[in-house]
Amino acid sequence: MAMLSFEKKYRVRGGTLVGGDLFDFWVGPFYVGFFGVTTIFFSALGTALIFWGAAIGPTWNPWTINIAPPDLSYGLGFAPLAEGGLWQLITICAVGAFVSWALRQAEIARKLGIGYHVPVAFGFAIFAYVSLVVIRPLLLGAWGHGFPYGIFSHLDWVSNVGYQYLHFHYNPAHMLAVTFFFTTTLALALHGSLVLSAANPQKGETVRTPEHEDTFFRDFIGYSVGTLGIHRLGLFLALNAGFWSAVCIVISGPFWTRGWPEWWSWWLDLPIWS
Amino acid sequence: MNLTIPPFAKWLAVVFTVVLVALAFFAAPISSEKVQRGYRGTGMELVLNASTLDEKLEASQVPAEPWPREDTTDGPLASEVYENVQVLGHLQSANFDRLMAAITEWVSPEQGCAYCHGEEGNFAGDDLYTKVVSRRMIQMTQHINSQWTNHVAGTGVTCYTCHAGQPVPENIWFDDPDALYAGGLVGDRAGQNIAAPEIGMTSLPQDVFRPFLYEDANIRVNGNEPLPHGNTASIKQTEWTYGLMIHMSESLGVNCTYCHNTQNLGSWKQAPPTRATAWHGIRMLRDLNVAYLEPLGPVYPQMRLGPLGDAPKANCATCHQGVYRPMFGAQMLVDYPSLQAPGPEDLQDPPMQQTSEIAQ
Repeated sequence: MAMLSFEKKYRVRGGTLVGGDLFDFWVGPFYVGFFGVTTIFFSALGTALIFWGAAIGPTWNPWTINIAPPDLSYGLGFAPLAEGGLWQLITICAVGAFVSWALRQAEIARKLGIGYHVPVAFGFAIFAYVSLVVIRPLLLGAWGHGFPYGIFSHLDWVSNVGYQYLHFHYNPAHMLAVTFFFTTTLALALHGSLVLSAANPQKGETVRTPEHEDTFFRDFIGYSVGTLGIHRLGLFLALNAGFWSAVCIVISGPFWTRGWPEWWSWWLDLPIWS
Repeated sequence: MNLTIPPFAKWLAVVFTVVLVALAFFAAPISSEKVQRGYRGTGMELVLNASTLDEKLEASQVPAEPWPREDTTDGPLASEVYENVQVLGHLQSANFDRLMAAITEWVSPEQGCAYCHGEEGNFAGDDLYTKVVSRRMIQMTQHINSQWTNHVAGTGVTCYTCHAGQPVPENIWFDDPDALYAGGLVGDRAGQNIAAPEIGMTSLPQDVFRPFLYEDANIRVNGNEPLPHGNTASIKQTEWTYGLMIHMSESLGVNCTYCHNTQNLGSWKQAPPTRATAWHGIRMLRDLNVAYLEPLGPVYPQMRLGPLGDAPKANCATCHQGVYRPMFGAQMLVDYPSLQAPGPEDLQDPPMQQTSEIAQ
């Protein structure tokens, strides 16, 4: 891939978080860095372990390959490889790879002298994953509470864990998360369509500026959040979606053991109508 | 419009996060018991609140025997000593007295013998409705323990299973006049949106007992194939089924995965064996409600009847009372063989009556 003419001057030494000059170079377009190496290490090892798990499992059907966590009886200890130990190693690899990826983003941001917004945002996605397979199992006292690695099997897990609380749509944090996910897509659709409508005209037409975009929304709903503001809003919506997803599963079990519909008793018991 | 973020907002956010994390790890997690119900990683498990469990264990303490049972065939039979002994006449009179003392302890510990036999002590009389009902309930207990072992197994039930020291069991059901129609303009609510505790405060139809535990309405709504070929079950029927299922979960203090792998709720192949026990339990309740409980309506005084005049009836919670096995499977029946099966008819005096006769 060709390098853009101005890109060379940003390819500077330094800004690394650990290791000084170690791996401080580019391969083609990609910055490597210490955390690029750890990312490759963890993701390659984790993928190999998944293939091992598939090899000792009953199927090679990609839909039904299943690497399940240990039985609850193993608690927070190590399980034999074929009985959940692989899941434990793969989880370590996954967390290692995801965190390495975020730290590599941080190093690139440091080199460029820009903010840490990207690694912080990616951190919310990591947090959601870590909530499912580390934080909640720790709070409940067994790795077996994590979800299995498999396309169908993880969906079955989601279904059963939802039914553990009888009706998961009554989980207030789940409600918030779902609302934020939908609102994120709404905001992204509005933003994408607005930018294309102004900045990507038919051939021969004039390209319009953010003035037109702002005016559209002022005419439409009386207010335009602005060019910077829409990205702040987008980030806020998207991060909340991931954050409340993590909250909704962490509270299920460690902080609420009954059906979620019953949680709303406080609402039914409000002195206004009860 | 000019929106600014106040300078202290960042610190508020930091403090909020620190407090949340501290609470999450050190203060709040509920102490709980976990039970794995399926293959690892399927998410079929119970997370039971330990303090709720302790309370239920406390409440499930079984009263002691009044005195030990005499295992002899000597001595006169109850039907020879007493008058009007229709269902327990075959017992040795000493063991009959012992069972009467136990039943008093189980059902009317405060009211005593007089609750069924009256203040004047006319033990042979059938004047009080409580005695007529008690006799029928003894027959029902014998019927459950001898005919419904698919559900109650060898553990069985006694009067105490449901009564738990109260003349009227805590969990009973009547037809609900509010179930179908809301007031004013709202009109037909199809039994929904009442947030009743019986169905776990959901918006699901709450009147699930008449169709499923008295009549034999169809519970299975799942199709057997991915596309709904020939499956005519509606969303409303499905919600009715879900209402019953939530009732079962709440009654047993468990969740859906106790009996189902929700990957395919209808599949028996993937279901834990508990589902078969529950299947028989539903049929048992239909039998009891139709043959024993509803027909007693004319025997009860008005105050014991429901708002629509029907007799009190049983659902899963009546026996289970929030526990997966009533009283955590306490082996109580073994001390009272007289409740395990009906006695020989020729040793009853006078011969036992059927409910239809009692009701007249």
